[in-house]
Amino acid sequence: MTSRSFVRVLSAALSLLLILVCSVAAQTPPKVIKIGAVYPLTGNIASTGLDCKRGVDLAVDIINGKYDLDLPLAKTAGLPNLGGAKIEIVYADTKGDPRNGMSEAERLITSEKVVAMIGAYQSAVTKTASQITERLKIPYVCSDSSSPTLTDRGYKYFYRVSPHDDIFARDQFQFLKDLEKKTGQKVQTVAVLYENTEFGSQAGKAYKRFAAEFGYKVVADITYSANATDVTSEVSKLIVSKPDVLMHASYITDAILFTKTFKEKGFQPKGILTMAGYIEPGYLDAIKADGNYVIVRSTFALDLGKNKPLVTKVNTLFKKKYGIDMSENAARSFMAPFVVADAINRAKSTDPEAMVKALNETNITGNQVLYPWQGIKFDPQSHQNIYARGTLVQVLNQEYITVWPFDAASKPVVWPFPEWKGRK
Amino acid sequence: MPDQLLQQLVDGLLIGLMYSLVAIGLTLIWGVMNIVNFAHGEFLMLGMFTSFWLFTLYGIDPIFSIPICFVGMFIMGTLIYRFIVSKVMKGPMLAQLVVTFGVSIFISNLAVFFWTPDFRLLPATMLQGTWQVGGITLSVPKVAASVGSIIASVCVLIFMTRTITGKAILATEMDRDAALLMGINTERINSLSFGIGTALVGVAGAFLSTYYYIYPQVGGLFGTIAFCVVALGGFGSIEGAFIAGILVGLAQTLGGFFFDPSYKYAIVFSIYLITIWIRPKGLLGW
Repeated sequence: MTSRSFVRVLSAALSLLLILVCSVAAQTPPKVIKIGAVYPLTGNIASTGLDCKRGVDLAVDIINGKYDLDLPLAKTAGLPNLGGAKIEIVYADTKGDPRNGMSEAERLITSEKVVAMIGAYQSAVTKTASQITERLKIPYVCSDSSSPTLTDRGYKYFYRVSPHDDIFARDQFQFLKDLEKKTGQKVQTVAVLYENTEFGSQAGKAYKRFAAEFGYKVVADITYSANATDVTSEVSKLIVSKPDVLMHASYITDAILFTKTFKEKGFQPKGILTMAGYIEPGYLDAIKADGNYVIVRSTFALDLGKNKPLVTKVNTLFKKKYGIDMSENAARSFMAPFVVADAINRAKSTDPEAMVKALNETNITGNQVLYPWQGIKFDPQSHQNIYARGTLVQVLNQEYITVWPFDAASKPVVWPFPEWKGRK
Repeated sequence: MPDQLLQQLVDGLLIGLMYSLVAIGLTLIWGVMNIVNFAHGEFLMLGMFTSFWLFTLYGIDPIFSIPICFVGMFIMGTLIYRFIVSKVMKGPMLAQLVVTFGVSIFISNLAVFFWTPDFRLLPATMLQGTWQVGGITLSVPKVAASVGSIIASVCVLIFMTRTITGKAILATEMDRDAALLMGINTERINSLSFGIGTALVGVAGAFLSTYYYIYPQVGGLFGTIAFCVVALGGFGSIEGAFIAGILVGLAQTLGGFFFDPSYKYAIVFSIYLITIWIRPKGLLGW
């Protein structure tokens, strides 16, 4: 190589390097905003936790990428007001234990430096985790825990998107009233059955309060441990009390165990109205046709897509990513990242006080949420979404079908609960 | 009401015999080696999954997969003893305590990894449905499991008292040093009892899989009760575990029905506490 050609090559290489450096410098790397998520990723209800995680992960894909969807921040990549900053979720495993919820929340904030928190599905865990976020002044947006007390505490940094169990319990009694009016069938007595941690005992309280308010007689009031290995004595008590309707607040393992025991013992009320456990994706997979005709409170069902094309579009993305349909849990957890990202985007900062101010001013319209609501707007005192409401779905042919409110129903409700004996 | 009382007694007996079967393997290991096998619940889970997969993949009914579970789990138990537990038997007490705990965490997380944390139920198997006898409802799979539990317990008892190997196990259980002096290869006895204990809980898993949901953490629920049953029955006592299992089952259903279901485990554990307070060795311990 002559010295001239060497200089040529060298200068070419240098100029190439210069161009590269300039282009990198011009395109300032987008900031990454870390959000903490506490979920039960191992342990008794790990299947639920992983389901919630799917919803959250899809939401983050939509926020960070460009999608033609009517969801907050979907059409832009990242957060436009922060130079296209991306959202990153840092997960922590609670193992379903409130103590872990607390310690993991603290770890996420102090060592992972997350600026906001979402999760934890189980109300008891959300309760302890949010005590930490309140103390460390980090906003917590929850869209998957339903114990009413969470928003009754008047926390400054805690917000809830989804309906709570008071709303859900009230809905179920309203459904009974509507049903009586519509079909003329009388319902007089209810049995209340609930697991004994934060979620179940609050739901049980709400059931009893609204039973009195709506004029139904509670003939059995049974609480049990969700970790029970056997529930025959609970079901025997139910059978002896002969209720018209059973109202059951459960997690998934107990929902499976109870359904099996109902069938085994031939427990035959006119209707079974339930919360939570019966709508988790594992439930129907495990119990199959024996789950038919159970009615569950819900915020989401795939048949809502008939009136709301967004539901179908999001489910298509979900199915493409995971190979399964979106469940109610995934759909509930799905919304929290949008609410957080929307607030950060409007606040143009991750300063907690600025985020709280933005969250207080949240006004997401009905067409931008995945559920049949008017939108998302937080009550200034409790920080509960004032537009959150529930629907009731019934398992028909092993699918969740919206049956109430009657005007949003896609099929009429099957009532009374068909006899176990004639069923396959 | 008499009907309900009888129904509760029957239900208690059925679930109690299941607890007995789960606990017998645990008490054997505990009695012989003086170690607490924290992985016992996970072995139960493996038994359930073995039965589940044999049915799902090869259509083998759980009733026929019982011998397969027994042999498979026996081999696995022996291997775990040889390669893991025996290494720490001479180590400090803490190491012995922690090793089975580690095995339990490893197995349950491995199960989550391979089989996901989803819940599974076996569809209609040969053991299915209910019988109506008078006013009493009997669940066929539970009755089968109870019969299995009785057969297994009797077999273990006969093995322990009538065969030379069984007597060697009993001797080791009573006094390890004396047994060693009598020419018993206690290391072999250890590995044998670990294998048998694991195989028995594998059988329990196969029976349980016919009516209970299967998932990686299912062992924890039964493990806790099995510890209570073993301590109540007396460490190392097969008959003790058998009787204590039934007692716990009865206390649970009767207590749940006549008092409040939320207190049923409180009743079970109070009986346990009172028993060990009066008789620290358990009902039939020595």
